This record gives sequence, structure tokens and C-alpha cells, in this order.
Amino acid sequence: MDEHNASPDAAEPVVTVRGLWTAFGTGNNQVVIHKDLDLTIQAGEVVSLVGGSGTGKTVLLRQMLGLEKPYKGEVTVLGEPAAQLGRRGAASRVGMLFQQGALFSAFSVLENIAFPLRELGRLPDDLVRDTALVKLQMVGLGPQHANKKPADLSGGMIKRVALARALAMDPPLLLLDEPTAGLDPHGSDDFVELLRSLHRELNLTVVMVTHDLDTLFALSSRVLVLAEKRVLVEGAPAEVARFDHPFVREFFQGERGRRAMTPIAQIVPAPESSSTQDT
Amino acid sequence: MDPSRPTTSPSIAAHDHADGPTAVLTGRWTAADLATSGTLDAMRRQLAALPAAQGWDLQGIDRLDHLGAQLLWNQWGREWPARLQLLPEQRSMLERVAEFTTTPDVPPPAGLAQHFDALGVRVLESLGQARTGVRLVGQLVLDIGRLLRRPHQGPWRDISGHLYQMGTMALPITLLVGALIGVVLAYLTALQLRQFGAESFIVNILGVSLVRELGPMLAAILVAGRSGSAITAQIGVMRVTEELDAMRVMGIAHGFRLVMPRAIALAIAMPLIATWTTLAGLAGGMLAADLALGITPAFFMNALPDAVSGANLALAVGKSAVFGILIALIGCHYGLRVKPNTESLGKGTTSAVVTAITAVIVVDALFAVAFRSVGI
Repeated sequence: MDEHNASPDAAEPVVTVRGLWTAFGTGNNQVVIHKDLDLTIQAGEVVSLVGGSGTGKTVLLRQMLGLEKPYKGEVTVLGEPAAQLGRRGAASRVGMLFQQGALFSAFSVLENIAFPLRELGRLPDDLVRDTALVKLQMVGLGPQHANKKPADLSGGMIKRVALARALAMDPPLLLLDEPTAGLDPHGSDDFVELLRSLHRELNLTVVMVTHDLDTLFALSSRVLVLAEKRVLVEGAPAEVARFDHPFVREFFQGERGRRAMTPIAQIVPAPESSSTQDT
Repeated sequence: MDPSRPTTSPSIAAHDHADGPTAVLTGRWTAADLATSGTLDAMRRQLAALPAAQGWDLQGIDRLDHLGAQLLWNQWGREWPARLQLLPEQRSMLERVAEFTTTPDVPPPAGLAQHFDALGVRVLESLGQARTGVRLVGQLVLDIGRLLRRPHQGPWRDISGHLYQMGTMALPITLLVGALIGVVLAYLTALQLRQFGAESFIVNILGVSLVRELGPMLAAILVAGRSGSAITAQIGVMRVTEELDAMRVMGIAHGFRLVMPRAIALAIAMPLIATWTTLAGLAGGMLAADLALGITPAFFMNALPDAVSGANLALAVGKSAVFGILIALIGCHYGLRVKPNTESLGKGTTSAVVTAITAVIVVDALFAVAFRSVGI
């Protein structure tokens, strides 16, 4: 299908993963991370990937970006194989927020944001600069930060600039790796609020890996739990939290989980009841 | 937006509506589409040609992104046009662009005062460099004193590792370069010497030049490029990843664990590599002399001890040790100055190599002047 038709309201899923196997090492040292993993992400969703460490959440994200090749199986993003994503103009199809920001340290903040636009090579400098300045302020940073170098920014500001860069060409799909890791609670709340408003305003599809339950409950419309080398369970956060599995119990119903879930305690009546309510 | 519609490039059509002339925009007004050859210029020209009191209809646009919205907004003189028809999401995007479009302050051009300030900054920076350099040398002396007092606490494992990395691993490349220089030198001098019938003097020329100057210099320049950059990069990356801070927090001194082992390793390895390079050069020269002048290796071997006195070899070994310490200290100096970003790492590595090679040549010249009466 044509790359441009992957607009957020196309009926086709944004991401499909079919029969995915991921393995590291060779011979006797081979470790299988994913075994026949299937998942589908529809346009407009905010999907969180959760799982214990070593369950291959970030690897899955990297496979969606085409940065890593699966051992077996196929990953389709916006209607084409993920491996082809990295060609010219990829920034207009997918944006990625790396955990550490991955800002180009030789460039100023504004140059970082303008980089994908400037790489198109045919856009006039003033228009690119204006667009980048708008993006900078969209993520809540004032124009006075435009000429700073990434080394002069705080962790929260780095995440914001990296988000602005990921959104520089308004891609329909946004991938986030631990978007709130390393931020203080206040900064993390702000960032979640920013992501929520951007998702609403820009009609984005968001896939994120997160360990932070507050972020997870605040943002995700669907949660995928990676365990036992596949997607163990998927559904709305409140439904998934009730699922009976050691990891899920540990993750959602531990001390942290209970604290994060208090606001939605009304939606989750009791861990045992498997009622069919809908939010 | 209609996904079944084919991809269209942005276009503008002028229509006459009931309430006046209206520009009807269609197609995809996105960065990727506008960046295709000539599109943006054509659109700008068409937009500029439109009359001022113009109505605008954006409802036919397939996809509008921030860059497209910015283009229109700039075209409208950063004001809302009087008549405008658009979809709700287009309105919210344009509102965002309208809210956030700012004219950045242009910094005033640099005057005389700024240039003067910049000069001062550079002078202070050079002084700072000199001060840290002196401190590094002093710290190395203190650390060696500490090592001599408590040898069993020394970082011997590090020293041996560096010896292998910077010494043993440099043997192949120095062998190759030394031998080739020896061959070239022998061929060139052979041509000259034959004119005077002084063929046998090739032993003297090769012997003195290789043993005294070229062997140590070639080895030092190769090691400066090879290990000087590696030292700066290793220490610089440790700065970027905060490993240096982690060491300091554990109470482990950078000088004792990072600088001294490298300096000692190069002080030991450098004379050995220099000797090795000299031997390779002599072997290459001997071969070339045999082929070009018919001077047999046996004659070469016999004549060499008479031509080159032992003092030359001692001088070469001595100055090679100094070169080794210099290269290690310069590498460490620039490595420790790296700031936690990639650009600074690159600059530091370049400066380390350039400075190390320059320093080696300058110090070699000093040696040549100071020891001009020794061994010749």
C-alpha cells in the first residue's frame, strides 16, 4: 500500500507483528526472547508494553523501528515491513523517543528539532526555523532555550526536546522508550500531561515501554503484558491488572501498584470478580 | 481526509465565490510533500501572487502538518485572514502555530569589546591548560614516589595490560613502516654515493640516521597516533559515562590508576618499539644495499659496530622513554579535559594526536641540540 495512506484514521492497523521469534546468541548459548509473538496496534491507540526485565520490550520497539531484525516472523508498520522504515523520509512516518533522548550533542536544541526537516534539503531556513520553534514551544519549552546545547539541559528538558524532534515531521506513529524514567514525580506528571494532550491534538498512535504505573494508568488505552515469551494478556489497564499471573500480580498488585491504582479503584471492584463492565 | 484518495501534491486553485475571490487549497501540505523538487517554490510564488483581500478554503487539504500550517501562517503575514474556511483539526493546528510563532532575537554583531573578551578567554584557557599540564607532571612524580614506597599496592595488572595494548600490538605496524623507510633511504643514498664511489659509507649513513634519529622518531610518531588517541578516547569516554566520577567517589585517584600506569607502560614500551623499528629499518636498508650496491649483509653487519657507537643507541633508548612518557601524559591531559559530550571527545582526541606528534618533534630537536657532541 502507499506509504502516505497510513493516516491515523485508516482502517488498517498501524503495527502488526505476526509469529515473531527473537533469539540472541548461537548454539547452546542461544536465548529465545520472543516465541511466536503476535500483536496488533490500531490507529489512535496508546499501547503500553510491560513485562519483567529481559522480556524484550525494548527489543520489540527496536524491531518495530527496523533497527533490529527478527529471527523469524514479520513486523509490519504502517503497511510495510519494518526493515524498510529506515529509508529516506522515515521521520515523517514514525517518531521515536529514546530513553536517554539521543539528542545530537554537537547541535543546539533548535538544530536538533529542525534536523529532520533540514535533511529534506529543499525547505527554506526561515520556514524550518519557525516550525522548529513552534515544536519547541509545543513541548512546553520557551524560545530562550533554542540555542542551548543538549549538555546544558536538565533530564526533563532533554526528554521534551527529544519529543519535539521525534514529532518534527508530524509522524502518525510515536514510539516511546521509558518516557518518564529519570524524571522527578512532578516532571513526570507534566510529561504525561504533555503526551496526553499531544496524543489528542495530533491524532497520534503511541506505543510505549514503561515501568511507571502512574504513566501507564494515566495514558494507555491498552496494555500488553509480555511474559512467557509472548503477549500474555492484553486489554484495558484495569482489566489487565486483574489477570492472575505471578508477574501481573507482582507488577500491578504490589505496593507500588496499589498506590497507582487507588484513583481507579472504583473501576476495579475486586481482584477476583470477572465482570464484563466497560469503561 | 479520505484514505482512498490518491496521493496528491499541494495545489492552489482560485475560485470566485459569492463573497469574493477565494483560494481553494488541495493536496497534501506536509513537509515531505512540500520538499519534493520545486513544489515549495511554486507554492510560495502562487501564494504571493494572490491578491490581499483573499478568502481561503482549506477544507480540501488531505493532510496539513505544522510545516504546511507555518507556511500558510507566514504567508498571511501572521494574522488570521478575514474569510477562512477550515476543518476543526486544521483550526487547532493553525491556532497552535499562531500561538507559538515568535521572531527570535538576533544577537548583536560582535564588536571590539567582544573580540577583546574572546582573546582574554583564550589566554586564560591556555594558562589553565598549562597549569593542569604542570599539575599532571607533578602528580605523576608523586604517584611514582608512592609506587616506589609501596610497590605491592601498585596497579601492576593495568601496567601489564597497557604494555600489551600499546607495545606488543604496535609491533606489526612499526615493523612494516620501519622496513619500508629503510629500503627507501638505502635506495636514495645509494644513487648519490655511487657518484663518489663511496658505496661502503651507506652503512654509516643508514646506521647513524636510523639508530639515532629515524627509528625513535618513526616509532614515536606511530605510537602517538595509535596510543595517544586511544588514551584520550578511553579516558574521555570514561568522563562521558561518569566513570571518572564513580572512581573519584570510591576514593581511587585518577593519577595513580589512570595516568601513571599508562605513563609507565609507554616509558617501558617506547624504547623497545624504537629499537624494534630501528632493527626493521636496518634490515630493510641492508636488503636494499645488497640489491642496489652489492654490499653483502655480512659486510654490513661487520661495518655497523664501527660506524655507529654505542652512545647513539643509549641516546635513542633514553629519548624514546621520554617520548613515551610525553605521549601518555598528553593523551591523559586531553582525555581528562573532555567534557561530557561527543563533540568535545572528538576535539580532545584530535588535539591529543596533533600535540603529541608536535611535542615529540620539538623534544627530539632539543635532544639533537643538547647531545650534539655525543656519539658522532
